[in-house]
Amino acid sequence: MSNYEPVIGLETHVQLGTSSKMFCGCATDFAAAPNSQVCPVCLGYPGSLPVPNEVAVEYTVRAGLMLGCDINLYSKFDRKSYFYPDMPKNYQITQYDMPLCLAGAVEIDLNGDSRVVRLRRIHLEEDTGKNVHFARTSGVDFNRAGTPLMEIVTEPDIYSADEAMAYLQALKQLMLYAGVSECNLEEGNFRCDVNCSVRPVGSDALGVKTELKNLNTFKGIHAALSFEIDRQLNLAASGAEIHQETRRWDVDAGITATMRTKEDAHDYRYFPDPDLAPIVLAREQVDRWRDELPEAPRARRVRMIEQYGIPAYDAGVLVAEKAIADFYEEAAQSSPNPKAVSNWVMTEMLRLLSERDMQIAEAHITPAALAELVGLVDDKTLNSNSAREVFGILFQDGGRAADIVEARGLTQVSDEGLLDQFVDQAIADNPDSAGDYRDGKTKALQFLMGQVMRLSKGKANPQSVQELLRSKLGG
Amino acid sequence: MSPEPSQPGGAEIDVAYVAHLARMHLSDEEIARFQPQLGQIVDYVRQIQALDTSDVEPTAHAIEIRNVARADTRREGLSADVAMRNAPQSKDDFFVVPKIVE
Ligand SMILES: [Zn+2]
Repeated sequence: MSNYEPVIGLETHVQLGTSSKMFCGCATDFAAAPNSQVCPVCLGYPGSLPVPNEVAVEYTVRAGLMLGCDINLYSKFDRKSYFYPDMPKNYQITQYDMPLCLAGAVEIDLNGDSRVVRLRRIHLEEDTGKNVHFARTSGVDFNRAGTPLMEIVTEPDIYSADEAMAYLQALKQLMLYAGVSECNLEEGNFRCDVNCSVRPVGSDALGVKTELKNLNTFKGIHAALSFEIDRQLNLAASGAEIHQETRRWDVDAGITATMRTKEDAHDYRYFPDPDLAPIVLAREQVDRWRDELPEAPRARRVRMIEQYGIPAYDAGVLVAEKAIADFYEEAAQSSPNPKAVSNWVMTEMLRLLSERDMQIAEAHITPAALAELVGLVDDKTLNSNSAREVFGILFQDGGRAADIVEARGLTQVSDEGLLDQFVDQAIADNPDSAGDYRDGKTKALQFLMGQVMRLSKGKANPQSVQELLRSKLGG
Repeated sequence: MSPEPSQPGGAEIDVAYVAHLARMHLSDEEIARFQPQLGQIVDYVRQIQALDTSDVEPTAHAIEIRNVARADTRREGLSADVAMRNAPQSKDDFFVVPKIVE
């Protein structure tokens, strides 16, 4: 549309999956009754003292290692001063000049290409409370205040709304793999501030940027960013000035609007928090955490294609969620037919999980049972209909596939004599269909097959039935 | 929010501006009185700049402690009704504040 291009940087707040808050022992449960998870520390009472949660520090370092960051062995906490009703102390504890992690990168895939979004830093900080609005006043709930957050800051390395989405999806997947956050968007575990500017194509300088605050759905981020990019490109094309300001995404109107201009930008007066001792990490500890990192999803995908001979598409679906990929690999390793295992996981398993809104850990089927089921289909003990039935039972109740097959009498009938009998009866009962088939209406064969399957109570080997019908009808 | 550098120490403190940041409402007379007083405090602290600190590792803390942390375990906090006892005004267990305009 013009000779301008957008340049985007993201600041993503990821809520860490700790059991207690960052600086006190209060619970971090979502949607608890208002102000039921508070104490003198997270309410900011004078004289109370914060003590850092060691797991929050560990998770931030693990996340940084997962993203290839340099870990600062010496880091500290600072106070960021500002006044807002959801901030009881009038300062937020965060990390200013010595964050836990520096640099790092996230690889993104978009339209078949892949590229790297560089990270600037990751620091650890505490969340604020939440506001509700009454008719003439507002109410504050401090349950969320003091919940540990990582802020993951990119370089201005993103050039479209689609790339921003690809980055966020990749980041979410990596955080789930690292096991440091539930990444539950509905519960606000993943919130974004977006910095956006435009510059003439070919220029290295950055234009005047606007900041979009507190976007908490991927769809919202994409929509807000698409609007903001267009707005700025239009302004630039018409030669108008772009103002440095904070803008709000108005979901209903589908526009961004001025919230705060530079004139009243904050001066946060950062200074080291005297209540908190510096964090000094032992190199051996960081190395241990690095050794414990799970294989990254991209590398895993490539390996799985090679190791199991499955299509790239399958591997992509399977690695999307770590628990699914773990289940698949365990089953595939005990089966001579990893492709069939993949089909079961990608179709029946994912369908049942999404229908019932369940996690794979909640399903009762074991990887060993799935491998066994695949074996029973491959050695023709089960036909595909019965196999689906067995899968459903395994999913629901667990157990061994062979036991279910036996208990339900599902063993496929391949006995020639018995099948012969069923086929003869189906032809005798349906002379019209038989005639149709002989007259060249091949569809009639499907009907006759259905009759044979019914006579066998679904247990006939469909391939044998088809062959028998064809030979008997002279097809 | 990426950090932006704060005003370096040593620069004169603008009392009216700092009071604004701290949400303190000072009269013109108070600003005039506090300005030189704060200047004197800064001058007093500034004596430290006369020392040769080229061999001293910068530190954010005066005492040598590190890694004071706790395990990720929950502790009983305050119940909402106890928490509300310190609220000048409350409604449905929320702290009531003047209308927040975002
Ligand atoms: Zn607390």
